[in-house]
Amino acid sequence: MTDPVIDLRGGSVHYDGRPALEAVDLQVVAGEVVAVLGANGSGKSTLVRALLGLVPLSAGQLSLFGTPAAHFHDWPRIGWVPQRTAASTGVPATVGEVVATGRLAVRGLRPARAADRVAVARAIDAVGLTARTKDSVGTLSGGQQQRVLIARALTCDPDLLVLDEPTAGVDAESQHALADTLAALVAGGTTVVVVTHELGPMSDLVTRAVTLAAGRVLHDGPPPDLDHLHLHDPHHAHPVHGPHSRTRSSTWGLR
Amino acid sequence: MSALEFDFMQRALVAALLVGLTAPAVGVFLVQRRLALMGDGIGHVALTGVALGFLLSTAPVLTAVVTAIAGAVVIELVRQHGRTGGDVALALLFYGGIAGGVLLIGLAPGGSNANLLSYLFGSLTAVSPADVVVISALSGALLLTLAVVGRQLFAVCHDEEYARVAGLPVRTLNLLLAVSAAVTVTVAMRVVGLLLVSALMVVPVATAQQLVRGFRATVVVSLVAGVLAATSGVLGSYYVDAAPGALIVVLALCGFAVATLAGTLVRRLRGTSTATASETVSLLPREAHR
Repeated sequence: MTDPVIDLRGGSVHYDGRPALEAVDLQVVAGEVVAVLGANGSGKSTLVRALLGLVPLSAGQLSLFGTPAAHFHDWPRIGWVPQRTAASTGVPATVGEVVATGRLAVRGLRPARAADRVAVARAIDAVGLTARTKDSVGTLSGGQQQRVLIARALTCDPDLLVLDEPTAGVDAESQHALADTLAALVAGGTTVVVVTHELGPMSDLVTRAVTLAAGRVLHDGPPPDLDHLHLHDPHHAHPVHGPHSRTRSSTWGLR
Repeated sequence: MSALEFDFMQRALVAALLVGLTAPAVGVFLVQRRLALMGDGIGHVALTGVALGFLLSTAPVLTAVVTAIAGAVVIELVRQHGRTGGDVALALLFYGGIAGGVLLIGLAPGGSNANLLSYLFGSLTAVSPADVVVISALSGALLLTLAVVGRQLFAVCHDEEYARVAGLPVRTLNLLLAVSAAVTVTVAMRVVGLLLVSALMVVPVATAQQLVRGFRATVVVSLVAGVLAATSGVLGSYYVDAAPGALIVVLALCGFAVATLAGTLVRRLRGTSTATASETVSLLPREAHR
């Protein structure tokens, strides 16, 4: 059996002494598409940031691809798509320039080669922004900016893609474009961890849902039957059959 | 009889050319990181270094380089680890640097206000043959460094967290940028002066932003703007007998005003036709099949 892609045991994170994540276990194996769900402040962003080493664990052990996190240096295997922020940087940058930074994980200090340029062009094409390559990122719509961040994460052909709220503030068309891109990646064997408060078009892809509340795992298992949940208003959800499905639909409807 | 016949003017022009290149080259990263005033903070600290040079009767450039680098590293460490915000750390350096400089120069035996003024606002006759050598060596090293790690610095300044996940040595790169800013300040000190050096790191970049939309293009245009302002300012100050730093900055600001006007006009002309057209065209192929 191969090592799990992510193996977190008893992971805790404290911000200034306040717990944000408490004794969370999370194992993700290759090929899974895991949705991390939860209300604002439930610790879902903290969880993925801890997985990436962006916030230190105050307790627990973390391994990535079978390597303890402290010794993990194979960063090109991980593609990180942060939450899009409204704040722009001081100097405008083009789509091509931003996506090209994703390639630095494998390039190091050497100059760009043909293979790097091909990888960047392919990543931009994968999110359908080829025509905007030379445009400033600041002139794009929110959904297009999100696609730029995804393209940046794809330049190294990652085995694991981690996305933080990729659909937040994104128009419906871009949400579908995002789901299409993810579907193609998943078909190619990429493992995906996506933090979100609404799955929308991504729901068909998700193989497992982890719901957090107050820094703890509330629910971890196969995603409930979502056909009606994402098509209809959760407040008018279909009648609940049995205690098990009640738990799931109640944790699912978090917004 | 041209100004260029004088040795001191030739030296000043060479220095101005190098300063016009290095200041915006480093400044573009500071602006991108939203630390546009960092050059100012370092300039103030370098003043203490200059005064220290007078006090110890050693070359002020040398003590200025050392003090500026120390100050820049402190700013960066405070920003990385401290609970103090970057802006407060800068403010502390502003005050400490000026106060320390004035205090020390008062204690120095031969120190006078005239000495200090040439360091604050630059001086045409201040650039000695030895200065030209030092400025050339430091500028060369800076430009070479930026050519090698420019992309990494861009990545860190654009999105520091992403750069960390990509495995880039973020802390080292941040320190490198701080040290580069410090070296730039001392390179520019003789011609532009410590109080105005930061303007040459920021204004050409702001000028370029009015005209172009990519980072690389911004770098190229800001270098051109920086060289134009620095060299024409040095030449002009010979004829009007003014402090070169002041004229360089005034010219740079005029360039900014012109670029803003031109940029606004171009955008207004383009905004109604081309921009919206390209937006529609690029969206169609993707969304049409759905």
